[in-house]
Amino acid sequence: MSETVRISIDAKEYATEKGRTILEAARDNGVYIPTLCYFDGIAPTGTCRVCTVNVNGRPMAACTTPVAEGMTIENDTPELNEMRKTIIELLFVEGNHFCPSCEKSGTCDLQALAYRFKLMAPRFEYEFSQRDLDATPPKLIIERNRCILCKRCVKAIFADDGKALFAVSNRGNRAMINIDDKLAKTMSDELAEKAMNICPVGAIIKKGKGFSTPIGKRKYDTKPIGIENQVSS
Amino acid sequence: MSIDSREVCARYGNDRLRLMDILNDVQAAKGCIPDADIDTIAEAVGESRVDVDQTVSFYHFFSKTPRGKYTVYLNNSTVAQMNGRQAVAEAFEKESGGTFDGVTGDGLIGLYSTACIGMSDQEPAAIINNRVFTSLTPEKVQSIVADMRAAKAVDDMIGDYGDGANRSDLIKAMVHNNIRKKGEVLFGAFESGAALRKCAGMEPGKVLEVIKASNLRGRGGAGFPTGMKWEFCAREAASPKYVFCNADEGEPGTFKDRVILTELPRMMFEGMAVAGYIVGAENGIVYLRAEYRYLEHYLQKVLDDMRAQNLLGANICGKKGFKFDVRIQFGAGAYVCGEESALIESAEGKRGEPRNRPPFPAQKGFLDKPTVVNNVETFCCAAQIVDKGAEWFRSLGSEQSAGTKLLSISGDCAKPGIYEVECGLTVAEMLDMAGATKDAVQAVQIGGPSGTCVAPSDFDKKIGFECYATGGSIIIIGTERNLLSVVHNFMEFFADESCGACVPCRAGTRVMCNMIKKIKDGKGSTGDIAVLLELADVMKKSNKCGLGQTAGNPVATTIRNMRTIYDNVISSDDMYKPGFDLESAVEESCAVVGRTPHFDGE
Repeated sequence: MSETVRISIDAKEYATEKGRTILEAARDNGVYIPTLCYFDGIAPTGTCRVCTVNVNGRPMAACTTPVAEGMTIENDTPELNEMRKTIIELLFVEGNHFCPSCEKSGTCDLQALAYRFKLMAPRFEYEFSQRDLDATPPKLIIERNRCILCKRCVKAIFADDGKALFAVSNRGNRAMINIDDKLAKTMSDELAEKAMNICPVGAIIKKGKGFSTPIGKRKYDTKPIGIENQVSS
Repeated sequence: MSIDSREVCARYGNDRLRLMDILNDVQAAKGCIPDADIDTIAEAVGESRVDVDQTVSFYHFFSKTPRGKYTVYLNNSTVAQMNGRQAVAEAFEKESGGTFDGVTGDGLIGLYSTACIGMSDQEPAAIINNRVFTSLTPEKVQSIVADMRAAKAVDDMIGDYGDGANRSDLIKAMVHNNIRKKGEVLFGAFESGAALRKCAGMEPGKVLEVIKASNLRGRGGAGFPTGMKWEFCAREAASPKYVFCNADEGEPGTFKDRVILTELPRMMFEGMAVAGYIVGAENGIVYLRAEYRYLEHYLQKVLDDMRAQNLLGANICGKKGFKFDVRIQFGAGAYVCGEESALIESAEGKRGEPRNRPPFPAQKGFLDKPTVVNNVETFCCAAQIVDKGAEWFRSLGSEQSAGTKLLSISGDCAKPGIYEVECGLTVAEMLDMAGATKDAVQAVQIGGPSGTCVAPSDFDKKIGFECYATGGSIIIIGTERNLLSVVHNFMEFFADESCGACVPCRAGTRVMCNMIKKIKDGKGSTGDIAVLLELADVMKKSNKCGLGQTAGNPVATTIRNMRTIYDNVISSDDMYKPGFDLESAVEESCAVVGRTPHFDGE
């Protein structure tokens, strides 16, 4: 039997199990902590920092921090939400995000979070970064203008022999996602579809697939982000 | 020289974990790591091409295209700038006919800028084919380039050798130690092997007690209690365990580890063996920055000597079961690898990206095994403490900062160099010591760019953990300097060196860098100041690693402590000014169609 751990999130007490992360514990209890790079079932990469919460007064990423008995966690505070908004804002000026022309519009986590945090016009100047699109893989288009370098694909999509299909090259703001050109040729339709679905934005697009669900009927078109698994209190 | 990458891989057992060594060797032999070789290496180590490429492309000293028969890496740090780097760079361009960052048409000379190479007391300095050239002038550049054209060997271009071990046959470098002040710990009496002989007569737990009682704190800058760290690791059941020495010294303005590596390597290796004895590790790895490769043969010889003297290897000092040896792992140019978990990642042949914590390295470090990572100076202190006792160490320095600290002082002062001081001296005392006139000092950067910019009003405060903690970097900035240019240089450094994993660091440093440039160019507004402070705060709170958390410090600490440098160039009624320059944006198209633009209000 696993050990029960008691924590509080925004002054409400919750019970969870030892070994869970703060994020998992929150979700188990119907508490929404905003995330972007996190994907259920993949080891957290902790790259986006959107899930930052205050743990006993100290900022920590909820997706990588395990719970401990008596932890006091602040999550839905104006300061933290302002910080999350700033991080989303940074992503919008860093990449080239044109929602109206994006296949993922309406199912995009970045766009949905921007709506949630009421991001209007960014306060920072756009980078207008030059990013190349890679359309050479037979089944995929890698649209780097939209990539937020969350590394979900890096962590989750592998070739049959276990080798990495996706990897980030360079560093700093020159960092970019790459797909292995040889291995990309071996990808099945299912794996290509999985890669597209795992991408939180429109950076991995399956060829011949983009607009199968019309705009207006997509995930976040009907329900904003953050209410999917929330329980009414 | 032709070399087969397959052979290089075989040399390291086709082990993916030795990718840094493989890539370093291929880069050294071929002058680059071409795509075809990346394919060969990937196949040999059993990984995909993108997997190898992610490591290759991460490090500054790896390149897919040739960087010239002679590759010049000219330091671009603030201190280099202060010492005339611009004129030297121009001389290199003029003499070679090439431009930064690129190779001359004939492929002879490559010119590249690089981050601080640990020579701040003798700038401008450059690394040319792994040899260091210090105190460069346009005249010296002229003769260096002439030598290159005459196909002279780099070793033969070095004129006078420096002092101390720099002159030894195995180093032969023009580097100077510039040891200005010797203290009792690092430069005090030291008998090689004394600490290890004491260890041999004590239980590991007892040696740990000595380290704990000494109140030794990590010398890399963060100041974590060393005894506590080693105790965490000692308690772990998993094995094998590892001891890492962090010799990545990348914080601009610091060069004290370079001097330790040159003059006190035995003390450092001995300290590592002490740590190994305490935590139960048999393997030590020195992660040495590529910039210090010129010390390689010398350090290998020291290790060989210590093995021959039974101070490393099996049954050290005759103690059965006391086994410890050291290997040197070279980096390849990445500031972030000075962060302990990034250092471990790099040593495993990966990108130098900091890990999520927990688990901490003491629990799961190198190869997920318990690992101790400490700074060069920390190991030296540990060796001396075991020999001379905790009491002795605590009697030096201040209550919170026991012992001595090596300071690397550079910038606008008469006597740049290495100073071993007792912790707790004031900034003003430090300036006196370094031969800087207080009235001629605008500010002091303590702890490097990630530290604090200290204003004259705070010169009575102390250097040490009680106030201004530092890994050793101290840059004195004279009144005639443009401090905003210094801040911009620091922010460019962080933007270039960000590993790129965390959004607030990757994107935030670049945005801050651009905003500082905008302000420097006279286009700043009061709104920009508020945004900069907010960004620095977001970075501090949300970035994963200590380096990312402090990357906004050059801006935040100057806004806080040196506000006038901003007020001087920002008009108080300007809440908003666009950074976008319409005139320059349309300049090219106007020139093409032969139109003279007319802007509103002009």
